Amino acid sequence: MIRHAVLQLKPEKGQIRKNLERIAQALSELRSYKPQVAVLPEAFLTGYFLQGGVRELAMTREELSERLQAMYRSLDWGEPLDLIVGFYEQDGGVYYNSAAYLELGGRGLVHVHRKVFLPTYGVFDEERYISRGNRIQAFDTRYGRVALLICEDFWHSLTATIAALDGAEILYVPSASPARGFAGAEPANVARWKSLCQAVAAEHGVYVVLSSLVGLEAGKGLAGGSVVAGPEGNLLAQAPAFEEAALIAEVDLERLAPVRYDNPLLPDLEGGLPLLIPDLQRVMGQSGGREGRA
Amino acid sequence: MKIIEAVPGREVLELNYPLVSDFLVRFVREELEWRGFKKAVVALSGGVDSAVTLALGVQALGAKNVYAVYMPHAISRPESREHAELVAGMFGVHFEVVDITGMVESYAAQVPDITPRRKGNAMARARTIVGFDKAEQYGGLHLGTGNKTERLFGYYTWHDVADTGPINPLGDLYKTQVWGLAEHLKLPEAVIKKPPTADLELGQTDEGDLGIAYRRADVILEHYLKGYPDDYILRLGYTEAEVARVKHLVNTTHWKRTIPTVAVISTTAIGEFYLRPLDFRLEQSP
Repeated sequence: MIRHAVLQLKPEKGQIRKNLERIAQALSELRSYKPQVAVLPEAFLTGYFLQGGVRELAMTREELSERLQAMYRSLDWGEPLDLIVGFYEQDGGVYYNSAAYLELGGRGLVHVHRKVFLPTYGVFDEERYISRGNRIQAFDTRYGRVALLICEDFWHSLTATIAALDGAEILYVPSASPARGFAGAEPANVARWKSLCQAVAAEHGVYVVLSSLVGLEAGKGLAGGSVVAGPEGNLLAQAPAFEEAALIAEVDLERLAPVRYDNPLLPDLEGGLPLLIPDLQRVMGQSGGREGRA
Repeated sequence: MKIIEAVPGREVLELNYPLVSDFLVRFVREELEWRGFKKAVVALSGGVDSAVTLALGVQALGAKNVYAVYMPHAISRPESREHAELVAGMFGVHFEVVDITGMVESYAAQVPDITPRRKGNAMARARTIVGFDKAEQYGGLHLGTGNKTERLFGYYTWHDVADTGPINPLGDLYKTQVWGLAEHLKLPEAVIKKPPTADLELGQTDEGDLGIAYRRADVILEHYLKGYPDDYILRLGYTEAEVARVKHLVNTTHWKRTIPTVAVISTTAIGEFYLRPLDFRLEQSP
């Protein structure tokens, strides 16, 4: 069992120091729950909508690691703590929307994922300011094999498929999703996220842990609605829209084998996918060209 | 065999008003908070937009932190004041009347050829002066009251009291939706049901000026903004004249929905190259 705390918190725009303090404060409040993994939303350290402010607020991996280790030391936590957080990354003058997995009090920085799918439409403008990542890969933690996908990355089922085929048992998804669609019981994007998490979890027999930003950023209401979905596609915990909240959820990787035995979609995929690779190449125009569609 | 026909997907204006209301209350509170304010001033006109804005302000900040100002001119309809007082009384906020007749007529006396339209514009901007002054007096911000329909049509006086509020809760709600929200908030029927008017010229109504009813215009707007072609909108039961009128109003007023245009000289022109969100603030030294 791995005790998770999904911290659906509201950042202060551009105030990295305060946002680090906010993480420390939230973890202190949750000390009695003894979370082993804490999951924060996309761009939590700065706020999501920065425009050209990315240039002023992006950090290198080393800076991020140092600041989070310092935050961890201030907690006097007593044992290592794994932490996932979204941040704007600077690497040699190139900027990314990234998420890091750190083992604080242990190995330190374990993995950084750079967002591949950058929304640049509607209210979003990411690709004007940052560059695309180009890799989806699972990695090993002290608890199991996991993967990180950031926000729109997760809206393309292909990314979760790659992560699952790479052995990921838990998909961590830091996101920032401005509320839109107010006709239903909850904002339409919150409902969509929930169904996505359930569908991907059930398709691959994995846990999905979504941590979604809250707070208004210049009139855009980051919607929250974080969820933890289990491998059967069930919702284990769900945070409300718009409000700060912490989800405490135990993830039991031993459930994966029996669930996958009953519903072996992932091994089916491993067997069937090679048959479809030529078609994937065909529709991408690499073999046979687009005329093949007809 | 049961035959079940799918319900066609349609663009609808109907919203979950309790959800919208909660969100807008949060919007008012949070957007004032980070700007460093806990109080708000609302320019009540007696109409539904300012009444809804006041209701949201009161829920967000508490009645004692919201100040309602009614600013009549000599030509204002008596019922406007009645309705403004009714709404202010309903929410228990501080209510005051600032008569702008003197301000406006003092200017009008210097320009004897002034038309009713020009005098109406002067009234709207006189109210802006008072609105900002009252905000300063009470240590708050004044809330904008413009709705999405009038913003899209450019149907307001540029930089008037409704347009210039530093935050604008109703700016993404069509007039039809403001009415829906007003019903959810249980505002007085007299305020919701009366024909909307800017009350700047004798006998003026919004729908008379616009040449189309809000409820019809809003459906056309929603489809037009989402990219549906004219033929599609016509099939919904709207006329070519209505569609043309809506498109004309939108497409001749884009300039009104922007900040003043600056001649770009450099590669750091504000709002062109140098782009920062309005809530962006770099960290101060500890």
